[in-house]
Amino acid sequence: MNFEFSEEQNMLREQAQGFLASNCSMAVVRRVLDGDEPYDADLWKKVAEMGWTATVIPEEYEGLGLSYLELSVIAEELGRALAPIPFSSSVYLATEAILAAGSEEQKQAYLPGLAAGTSIGCFALGESAGQTSPASLTTKADGSSITGIKIPVADGDVANFAIVVGRSDKGDGASLYIVDLDQDGVSRESITTIDPSRSHAKLTLNAAGAQLLGNDGEGWSHVQSILNRAAVLFAWEQVGGCDTALNMAKEYAMGRFAFGRPIATYQAIKHKLANIYVKNTLARSNCYYGAWAISTDADELPIAAATARVSAIQAYYYASKENVQTHGGMGFTWEFDCQFPYRRSKLLATNIGSEATWQDKLITAIEKQRAA
Amino acid sequence: MDFNDTAVEATFREEVRTWLSANIPTPDDLKGLDYIGRAKLWQKRKYDAGWACIRWPKEHGGRNASAIDQVIWNQEESKFDTPDSIFGIGHGMCAPTMMAWATDEQNKNYIPKLASGEDVWCQLFSEPAGGSDLAALRTSAEKDGDDWIINGQKIWTSGAHYSDYGVLVLRTDPTAPKHQGLTYFFIDMKSAGIEVKPIRQISGGANFNEVYFTDVRVSDSQRLGAVGQGWQVALTTLMNERASIGGGGGGVNFDSVFDLATRVNIDDAPAIEDKNVRAQLATWYAQESGLKFNGYRSMTALSRGEIPGPENSIGKLVGAPKQQDMASFALDLLESGGAIWDPELSEAAGMFQATYMASPGLRIAGGTDEIMANIIAERVLGLPQDIRVDKGIPFNEVPTSNS
Repeated sequence: MNFEFSEEQNMLREQAQGFLASNCSMAVVRRVLDGDEPYDADLWKKVAEMGWTATVIPEEYEGLGLSYLELSVIAEELGRALAPIPFSSSVYLATEAILAAGSEEQKQAYLPGLAAGTSIGCFALGESAGQTSPASLTTKADGSSITGIKIPVADGDVANFAIVVGRSDKGDGASLYIVDLDQDGVSRESITTIDPSRSHAKLTLNAAGAQLLGNDGEGWSHVQSILNRAAVLFAWEQVGGCDTALNMAKEYAMGRFAFGRPIATYQAIKHKLANIYVKNTLARSNCYYGAWAISTDADELPIAAATARVSAIQAYYYASKENVQTHGGMGFTWEFDCQFPYRRSKLLATNIGSEATWQDKLITAIEKQRAA
Repeated sequence: MDFNDTAVEATFREEVRTWLSANIPTPDDLKGLDYIGRAKLWQKRKYDAGWACIRWPKEHGGRNASAIDQVIWNQEESKFDTPDSIFGIGHGMCAPTMMAWATDEQNKNYIPKLASGEDVWCQLFSEPAGGSDLAALRTSAEKDGDDWIINGQKIWTSGAHYSDYGVLVLRTDPTAPKHQGLTYFFIDMKSAGIEVKPIRQISGGANFNEVYFTDVRVSDSQRLGAVGQGWQVALTTLMNERASIGGGGGGVNFDSVFDLATRVNIDDAPAIEDKNVRAQLATWYAQESGLKFNGYRSMTALSRGEIPGPENSIGKLVGAPKQQDMASFALDLLESGGAIWDPELSEAAGMFQATYMASPGLRIAGGTDEIMANIIAERVLGLPQDIRVDKGIPFNEVPTSNS
């Protein structure tokens, strides 16, 4: 049994923690949230220079060719720091889409830029409120041009290109397209979300130039496998954030006195924090499972991904809301940092499909496994 | 990361499997024996072949095996249908305490018989006035020559009715503050003046007892630790209480409720197609999976010769309420049929009903949910202890009721 990260991976974690402690404090998150900059460009540049954006990209495309275990470590640390950069869009989604479905030419064209962080990708799936399915898609390509509206698109305002999911008359009813966002047929507007420390946009595609990614009519199946892999990495970000919320709550409870003693001595607070710890721990152990499944390309990936995703969504929501509660009125003020994990937990929970959606996926995956 | 054994572990697992397959008691072996007889037969068979209490030193009847070997043994043994053990408390709690605190002579006399299953031991800690607040126990021992004379009552004593020996904590100085007036002993359960009365549980079973002591004599030579050091000795016992990992759990789990949901209908379709049922099942699956992989992380630590991290402390706190909620959910899925608890007539031979009735006990035994949460808050997260109004006060001056 070896169900732990290796010594090298733990060293990477230490390095990442040290780097983020000095380059991505809560003050940085606050600056992006409060200000006009869509993301911390300086942090992004440094992250890219350290090769984090290149982690799993093969060396032949100028990546580092490391495993998903290394990327898991980085994801957890970025989640812990609530880093205000387009990492998840570019690395967990756009890079994965091109690795999974890209032709040799497309890989050559896009992966080196993604690896270097000079190019930012995003993933454009949703079009309106509610679940997206091939039947609900209205975005559609006509030859090499595509038309439709995508909202919300995480990092759509800062990305260089988007992986756009469009409707198809063939196969599974959907196809993927690469759409360069700096062109006449594309207009994009920034939109306000519950977490302004991560920018989002509305993309309007009006006969925009698009190239098919993968085969026409195989898009939905690609979307599923891309989301499964992204779910594991999102879950690592989420458990990192869970720890941050727990630590905030703990620090405050130890220092805040009421009725002549620290509120951390009251069982009402202790049990709350113990419950946060329990949920975080279950979610983290499920993330280990997810990391194992993604790094070995295991058949169980759909189950492992949904398991990690469901428990990470639940844990982060619980940790972030009870962190606000532990702080009392101060937790509700703009001045305190409790708002950041509370915002981020819901953003990450909705970004690639909700708790209910993934609960259903989990049972479906289990049904499939049993039928096999 | 991988789930595989190291080469050494794989060899050990194979050896365990081979021995188990060849030696599991057959129905013929067990014919005519009650559960005590069956448990003793299986234990003796393991002992004779050197497979009992494998982590214990050889001179105490074990085989000096490592912690990871113990986990492997537990995993393999749990795959077979073996007689239910009645030795968990004796092996898991009493023996480690004896080995830490008794004389070599005493250990030589008592421990091998514990390993072989010849003797069964119980733990007499809880009292009517000392449960979660264990150190508030009141059963007294007064010195009389070379003996002590015990008076009082213990409660929730599992297996007292078939035990040969017991370990117990007694109040030897009521004028000292709570934790300082306690002394620890082991005792022959057949001593004159001990009366064991089974307690009938809401589940219908009677696994534990009230134990009354009336002028019971115990020799001072059966004292473990110094007079007044009983709490410290008791901590040795308690630390061993939840130290075991590996093996399997019975009762209601994801699989059994999932299967049930494919057999009963909601709105004329299998319940498993209902979105609420799927959501609820998914949450429980994720919890079960989290516990399983916590176990793997602990095993990894053991395999590397390290001590498992605190993630191992959450099993009971998650598992017990989960069993209760899942059993309750299963009964709801059965609609009015959920009320039927007749093995002949109910789904899964009454297993869901049995778990529904047994699970409240799981949330209390061995530390209530609330105590477990305190332990996590204080020992894992490092939060300060609650204020104790009885701290430093002579025990006989601590308030015990409103009057």
